Amino acid sequence: MAQTYRSQLVDPLVDNNPITLQVLGICSALAVTSSMQVAFVMSLAVIAVTGFSSLFISMLRNQIPNSIRIIVQMVIIASLVILVDQVLKAYAYEISKTLSVFVGLIITNCIVMGRAEAFAMKNPPVASFIDGVGNGLGYGLLLMVVSFFRELFGSGSLFGVTILETVNNGGWYVPNGLLLLPPSAFFVIGLLIWAVRTWKPGQVEEREYRIQAVEAH
Amino acid sequence: MEGLVSLAVKAIFVENLALAFFLGMCTFLAVSKKISTAIGLGISVMVVQSITVPANNLILTYLLAPGALSWAGFPDIDLTFLGLISYIGVIAALVQILEMVLDKYFPPLYNALGVFLPLITVNCAILGGSLFMVERSYDFPEALTYGASSGFGWALAITAMAGVREKLKYSDIPDGLQGLGITFISAGLMAMAFMSFSGVKL
Repeated sequence: MAQTYRSQLVDPLVDNNPITLQVLGICSALAVTSSMQVAFVMSLAVIAVTGFSSLFISMLRNQIPNSIRIIVQMVIIASLVILVDQVLKAYAYEISKTLSVFVGLIITNCIVMGRAEAFAMKNPPVASFIDGVGNGLGYGLLLMVVSFFRELFGSGSLFGVTILETVNNGGWYVPNGLLLLPPSAFFVIGLLIWAVRTWKPGQVEEREYRIQAVEAH
Repeated sequence: MEGLVSLAVKAIFVENLALAFFLGMCTFLAVSKKISTAIGLGISVMVVQSITVPANNLILTYLLAPGALSWAGFPDIDLTFLGLISYIGVIAALVQILEMVLDKYFPPLYNALGVFLPLITVNCAILGGSLFMVERSYDFPEALTYGASSGFGWALAITAMAGVREKLKYSDIPDGLQGLGITFISAGLMAMAFMSFSGVKL
């Protein structure tokens, strides 16, 4: 059993990453990655919510009538998100201001619903909890990588600590302002997907149309 | 009136829900392979958005905001922490009701939009619209305008994206970028184009 728990935890990191392969939960992944600190808090929030929602839904899975399961899952997830939101407002008010609506949007984050529906409804609590945490970690990992590039090259710092001294402060680095703007998140994730798929060719999608090779005359 | 028009233009172009706030991205990427389905989904989002944002605005003003329950004799109660759960409840219920009404009275419309309606409950653009309405404390007319125009902006973005993707499938793309990768990058280019609207004032 130990082996399967471990693989459940590690698989979603690269091999079955919720963002690059399952295309889930992209909504918030893009918006909160302009600085590492914010991305870190967001990842923690998502890990907590996916883990515990999978745990509770799995504990209740034999009691939930099939026809209203979506509503029940929604209520459990929404209550957990409210808890996270209140904790953030109490202990990290500045960051909760920057995250604004995106904490609330964890409710509709497809990762949480997806894991609840695909895994927690069919498996015992402990396995579901680990599966939830693993998927949360996969999401968090991608968030940290994207925000690493965006913060380092966009404002020359990591976690708010200056790494590359910018020109405005008398240094040498000219910050690339584009990386702080929304569109750059698309580019960074797109290129990241390219990198992951070059590394693991098994994830490459089938083409709908082949370009036909033409013999040279 | 002028304020409402500029709010609408801002919600459609400058602060486009899909391209500036990345809301509803899951469906945006998954359902943008064909123009016809993209238009269907776009219209359903628009309809649901223009109903749910004003509805949630009424819930906030008359039930949840601090002192809102004074009409019932509880002037000191502040229920704003129940916001998230009420908004998602309202959205889920309204989508369900809309589905039943369409099925009963407008069968052709139901056949066209029916498959998209369950998807919409978990579309972040819908919940996001309501949350932005709360955060920016819009009043009722503003919420009405914001709901309709932000839904329209989302529909516009997904239709344009589907148009790009229909052409894109014939092009020679590196293997690793095939599918999801190139979709992200073209969405990024579209987002840059939409950014050129920022600063437009009416």
